Amino acid sequence: MSTFLTEEPTQVTDAPVSTRLSSLDTLESEAIHIIREVVAEFERPALLFSGGKDSVVMLHLATKAFWPGKVPFPVLHVDTGHNFPEVIDFRDRTVERLGLKLVVGSVQEFIDSGELAERADGTRNPLQTVPLLDAIQRNKFDAVFGGGRRDEDKARAKERILSLRDEFGQWDPRNQRPELWNLYNGRHTVGQHVRAFPISNWTELDVWRYIERENIELPGLYYAHEREVFARDGMWRAVGEVSQPRDNEAVTTKTVRYRTVGDMSCTGAVESAAATVRDVVIEVAASTITERGATRADDRISEAAMEDRKKDGYF
Amino acid sequence: MSTETFLPDAGQDALPTTLFRFATAGSVDDGKSTLVGRLLHDSKAILADQLDAVARTSADRGFGGDGATDPSGKQRIDLALLTDGLRAEREQGITIDVAYRYFATGRRSFILADCPGHVQYTKNTVTGASTADAVVVLIDARKGVLEQTRRHLSVLQLLRVAHVIVAVNKIDLVDFSEDVFRAIEADVQQVGRELGLGRNELNTGGLADLFVIPVSALDGDNVVDRSDRTPWYDGPALLEVLETLPAADELESHLESFRFPVQLVVRPQGALAPDAVAAGLDAAAYRDYRAYAGQITEGSVKVGDTVSVLTPGQDPRTTTVAGIDFAGHSLQEATAPQSVAIRLSDEIDVARGDTIAAAGTIREASADLYAALCWLSPKPLREGAKVLVKHGTRTVRAMVRNVTGKLDLASFQLEPTSTLELNDIGHAQLRLAASLPLENYLHHRRTGAFLVIDPLDGNTLAAGLVKDHPGDHEDERYSI
Repeated sequence: MSTFLTEEPTQVTDAPVSTRLSSLDTLESEAIHIIREVVAEFERPALLFSGGKDSVVMLHLATKAFWPGKVPFPVLHVDTGHNFPEVIDFRDRTVERLGLKLVVGSVQEFIDSGELAERADGTRNPLQTVPLLDAIQRNKFDAVFGGGRRDEDKARAKERILSLRDEFGQWDPRNQRPELWNLYNGRHTVGQHVRAFPISNWTELDVWRYIERENIELPGLYYAHEREVFARDGMWRAVGEVSQPRDNEAVTTKTVRYRTVGDMSCTGAVESAAATVRDVVIEVAASTITERGATRADDRISEAAMEDRKKDGYF
Repeated sequence: MSTETFLPDAGQDALPTTLFRFATAGSVDDGKSTLVGRLLHDSKAILADQLDAVARTSADRGFGGDGATDPSGKQRIDLALLTDGLRAEREQGITIDVAYRYFATGRRSFILADCPGHVQYTKNTVTGASTADAVVVLIDARKGVLEQTRRHLSVLQLLRVAHVIVAVNKIDLVDFSEDVFRAIEADVQQVGRELGLGRNELNTGGLADLFVIPVSALDGDNVVDRSDRTPWYDGPALLEVLETLPAADELESHLESFRFPVQLVVRPQGALAPDAVAAGLDAAAYRDYRAYAGQITEGSVKVGDTVSVLTPGQDPRTTTVAGIDFAGHSLQEATAPQSVAIRLSDEIDVARGDTIAAAGTIREASADLYAALCWLSPKPLREGAKVLVKHGTRTVRAMVRNVTGKLDLASFQLEPTSTLELNDIGHAQLRLAASLPLENYLHHRRTGAFLVIDPLDGNTLAAGLVKDHPGDHEDERYSI
């Protein structure tokens, strides 16, 4: 090797890494540091909690950050009215178990009052932004934790860990604060708030390996189960009250699981026999399709779908 | 070396992977996005749907002309598309902001900060390099070392990045010429010598090493696998280097003393977590529980260690570590970068913003701050400006007394100035409203770093690196 500047070239060796933390421990420590920083520097933080795996991991990290004390902030859920009933049940049990306050923003209420209109395609995910911003404003939340990860999407890859939102809840990707070392700048003016993404640096596989390692409970639909489904847009949709097959869409029973749990009207299942967390870890590690590509119809609308929703104040 | 996607065996986990953070820096059109795309692609971090989208767009735009193929005969795709995230970037064919990418091999998980080079390159490079274990600097083999290369290398030297890897890209466009590569390599080494890069026993503050690798990002030569088209190069491929270099905290852990900025006090006062109580936590035993939560920034700590508590405006107080807790577990020892909660033997008042440090290893707190500032705001710095300084977990008011010089990144000389503008790096003297436990960045990459914040709109104005006071001993080599 001829390209070192040192007097005596060091060899690149295969020496095993000594006492370093594993990547999961490093990511966990980073997330806990961020959660504690936000709690220390903000007046009224809240955690977005949907019962989805990323928000469940976030809540688990928060319990570890403040042990043996209680998690010192409420959780906020934007209910589309089309959520899976078993996920809502899981949400309520979790809130009860941890003694948390739950704030719910309801898409249905906004539709009923005429402040939101149902979309032609029936998808309610994009409608969550208005109730979300309303709940943030009404409860005077100045920091909102989310389980967003940078590996999910190309627009998220450019999101800061602490991301400033203006008076209208909007994200300005061209004017973000530089994020240096582990020094997070959460200063904001009245009316602005900050979205905090402590697990920004986790990948989908990290999340699953962490769920396995920490023995974290998830809603059952993350694991393989039999369900009546029909095919639409290249994915399996569950048959349910708000998700009915059209005349040309045949209903079959499949063994499926969900990789994300969002709105029933736009979240698809994948065929899978992964019935345990271990099975899922193996499946995710071997998977060749990203979780959003596989199961979220709303991200397929355009290549910039996520970016557009984020600019408007989405999660 | 394995480039397979990490696939855990059922029932038996491989050795846990460790995390390695690196950044890329380059000039316009030197193929950085393509290199990043190539790394992700060849390390199989790109999934089928992402690749399909890129292949479709490449074909739509006629990338590389009709029938353009790589050496193996496959249709070329524009790998740069893998990393252009925002709509404006795709429309303009440029990269606007630092983007973070993730991939893993059997040995390591990588976090890649992809830093655009065309505008605000200092801002982006400083941002990416501040957390990086290594930085990959690109050079176009047809152009060689440019002024911007010198600027990049001097920023990396200033930020004390542990490893610098110079990738001489587009080596295919100079017909894989050894002569061209050796000339560039010699130029890089010359710049390295001028900057004082390179580590040896006398010079532990320098960069650990400087690699120069001939690559073709477009075709993948020496990116993941060694190329047979550069037989004169017997060194490692880029990913091989990234997989084997020690991370910064491995290099530093033995050199540094324990530092722990207190984030908050954990004092439940009876308001215990219901799930912990349900799991059998003895509530009575935790009635007076009091611990200091934070992340160890440097070194390690053991139960029984003697420590100093540094509170701004007070004399250091000495006590011992009574316990180290983490989420229901009592640890005997903890090391950077672990997040823990520390209990102390004496009942002394400790609050957010205080620092717990190994006793006798930290010098007196100071309200006079001498620093190098990387100015990251379009609003210029003027002498007399009132700012905020965020250091560790403490934010204090400060006044800029004077700006003592601006660094010419091409000549590495300090020039007189009284102002700093966007992307300038200069020296300044600040007076703080409260004294802080400042340490020289040269030896303390965490406790020597701070932010300068605009008190009006809260924006981050500068990345600050603490320097020794003038008159204190300082290695002249690092005077920039």
